[in-house]
Amino acid sequence: MRTPSWISQHLAAVRALVFFTVLLGLAYPLVITGLAQLPGLKDKADGSVVQVNGKPVGSSLIGQSFTDADGNPVPKYFQSRPSASGYDPDATAASNLGPESIEDTLGDPALDPNSEDGDGSKQALLTQVCARSKAVGDLEGVSGARPYCTSDGVGAVLRVFYTGGLSGKVTRAVSVNQACPATPFLPVYEGVAVECGRFGEDYSKGVLVPVRGDAPETSPVPADAVTASGSSLDPHISVEYAQLQAKRVASARGLPVGKVDALIGEHTDGRALGFMGDPAVNVLELNLALDRL
Amino acid sequence: MSTTTAGVIFILSLLAALAVAYRYLGDYLFRVVAAERHGRVERGIYRALGVDPDAEQSWGVYARSVLAFSLVSILGLYAFLRLQDLVFRVPDFAASIDERVFPHLAWNTAVSFVTNTNWQAYSGESTMTHLVQMAGLAVQNFVSAAVGIAVAVALVRGFARRKSERLGNFWVDLTRITLRILLPIAAVAAVLLIVGGVVQNLTDGTAATTLTGAQQHLTGGPVASQEAIKELGTNGGGFYNVNSAHPFENPNAWTDWLEIFLLTVIPFALPRVFGRMVKDNRQGYAILAVMAIIAVAGVALTNVFELQHAGTVPQAVGAALEGKDVRFGVSNSATFAAATTLTSTGAVNSFHDSYTALGGMMPIVNMMLGEVAPGGVGSGLYGMLIIAVITVFVAGLMVGRTPEYLGKKIGAREIKFASMYFLITPALVLIGVAAAMATGNWSTQLNVGPHGFSEVVYAFTSAANNNGSAFAGITVNTPWWDTALGLAMLLGRFLPLIFVLGLAGSLARQAPVPASAGTLPTHKPLFIGMVVGVVVILVALTFLPALALGPLAEGL
Repeated sequence: MRTPSWISQHLAAVRALVFFTVLLGLAYPLVITGLAQLPGLKDKADGSVVQVNGKPVGSSLIGQSFTDADGNPVPKYFQSRPSASGYDPDATAASNLGPESIEDTLGDPALDPNSEDGDGSKQALLTQVCARSKAVGDLEGVSGARPYCTSDGVGAVLRVFYTGGLSGKVTRAVSVNQACPATPFLPVYEGVAVECGRFGEDYSKGVLVPVRGDAPETSPVPADAVTASGSSLDPHISVEYAQLQAKRVASARGLPVGKVDALIGEHTDGRALGFMGDPAVNVLELNLALDRL
Repeated sequence: MSTTTAGVIFILSLLAALAVAYRYLGDYLFRVVAAERHGRVERGIYRALGVDPDAEQSWGVYARSVLAFSLVSILGLYAFLRLQDLVFRVPDFAASIDERVFPHLAWNTAVSFVTNTNWQAYSGESTMTHLVQMAGLAVQNFVSAAVGIAVAVALVRGFARRKSERLGNFWVDLTRITLRILLPIAAVAAVLLIVGGVVQNLTDGTAATTLTGAQQHLTGGPVASQEAIKELGTNGGGFYNVNSAHPFENPNAWTDWLEIFLLTVIPFALPRVFGRMVKDNRQGYAILAVMAIIAVAGVALTNVFELQHAGTVPQAVGAALEGKDVRFGVSNSATFAAATTLTSTGAVNSFHDSYTALGGMMPIVNMMLGEVAPGGVGSGLYGMLIIAVITVFVAGLMVGRTPEYLGKKIGAREIKFASMYFLITPALVLIGVAAAMATGNWSTQLNVGPHGFSEVVYAFTSAANNNGSAFAGITVNTPWWDTALGLAMLLGRFLPLIFVLGLAGSLARQAPVPASAGTLPTHKPLFIGMVVGVVVILVALTFLPALALGPLAEGL
């Protein structure tokens, strides 16, 4: 008896899947892995591991944190960018917060923010940027002021309540990211005294108003220093961010700044072929070069 | 050199390389699919599969072969995903299979890879063993791409043949496209990627102690072999969670260029195959022109919006740099984002959720265009030809003539297939979004307000169009999301594919009518402009309300 065509088709499909699995799923990757054993390729295929005294200290392609056990920057090292995963290759992630992520969730004052579950607070992207800018500015001895940021390093954002909902006279204004008892960044908004933010209060009827402030458009703290990368493993920082850190690193190591600046130049990767990507400084390689001095 | 100048040269260099590939790769693709003779190895394969390579199939049999192969693939991959811990368990995850790969996740992932979507509701580095990545997921990267190209070729045969019931043999097309096109190019690309620094090993990686004494696990895996086909087959499923942003998948700026080239090269070369098969290269150039106009506009706008960095947080930062890596910079990241959504790839080298409101809208719009400029491998060409059929129909209505395309009459039966094709994806997107909002399942979004709604719109647009990229803030590994998006991917792939083959069958049956003075020339700028117009207008009419509630509300 002839096999019905719908059965023979599915049999062909099963055979095809088995065949292609062996060819494309086993033979192909194994051959490529075999080629990767060639000298010149092997180190790269194994992850561009960097060794010091025969022990792996990282990969030249993967960024790492140069902080102490408490998370504070180690002054003798150039610092990497902020990372949503804390430079953990087992849990890579981006922040995924949007351009209008500007309102924090305040923590419950009855809970301990340092406990395992925390106090339930959640920083919006704006406050993360402002806090990083202030911290980097303080560390490097420059102003960390940025547009839309308060001087205490949170997002300068009001919830403004109007008589008519979306319009009319202002009845109330709250600086939502500044938890009481903080002093609001703006004492008065359109004739109304600005309140600090209180945990648990529902401000959703107010209109969100970010306040630009008078910070200059460009900050001495570069953009890459206040934003998390996409990979969360970014091995690079911008040339500007490296130059900002040179003075601190030089004084922590007792080196002339010129020497550190020269090392930055040596470890800057320009654009590939002159037009691909952005110039970038490899942080691990730069720090290793400093350690070798 | 300024960032803008460098970004423009980056785009122009890609266009130049693609123009060369159109001619040479296009001619090669044509020779592969049109060849009369079978190679000796291929004959052996057909014997092993139990198929007669010289028996050509009608559209119904061709469609049933595609569906049989895809069904078997989904079942096989589902089982593999659930049983992956039984053999070669590297890396040896602490979590058991039932804690990592839930049945709903396995369903979602199996459908996702078989439909060429590569939507990922999991993190590769903490979920999948090396074996299932290379022998399960990457195999589908190859064959789902081959299926797409095969169906596109079958449609073109419908235009090229006269009074025929036959559209070719699916098993022959699948085998040839895989063996002669995808595998050799992927192998070369994989080696190039290793030269750039992409990892390729079968180990658990290296344990490192960082300069400040912390532990860091440098992951391993057969990444380069998978990365190559992930881009070439417009699949997009990353070995790691952060996809092509990961330095082990995309180590530097030139590998970034190479990956963008790989994911656009076959879709842009396929119109050449169309022109050669219908024996009029001008028809291929016309389709290419439509794709190129839309693509360049999409890439340019994404770049402009990202470099302008509008919005509160980008203004505070001074650049739209959140979610982007320094080695790529803003411009090359925007170019990648546009390319990955104009094709049906869905790989990302930066995170679209953190883009400016309008910069983040562009990937959504690119997908809503139906991924026809240039679209996925195969699916881009057949999608664009459907739009061309709709265009000649609209043009025919204007002057009151029976429309025809390449001598084939576009009658009631043909336009029904074309309209059904066009309507299915928007229906899936809009119904899916409405269902998510109505059932409260939108609440897994990360961002609030219009941006949160954009996350939901993005998810269904990406799934139904088989793209696979995401506004990744939203949590989608829940039973509802895994199931709903799995259905959107499944229906968004196979219903249009059946309609395409149905259209092909009915075109092949016709004898071509000779061109007359009243025939609309389909290789002139007038027609090119009309097709661009139809793409943009149809999409605007369909999706403007959804966009107005999401990215437009946020950005304007």
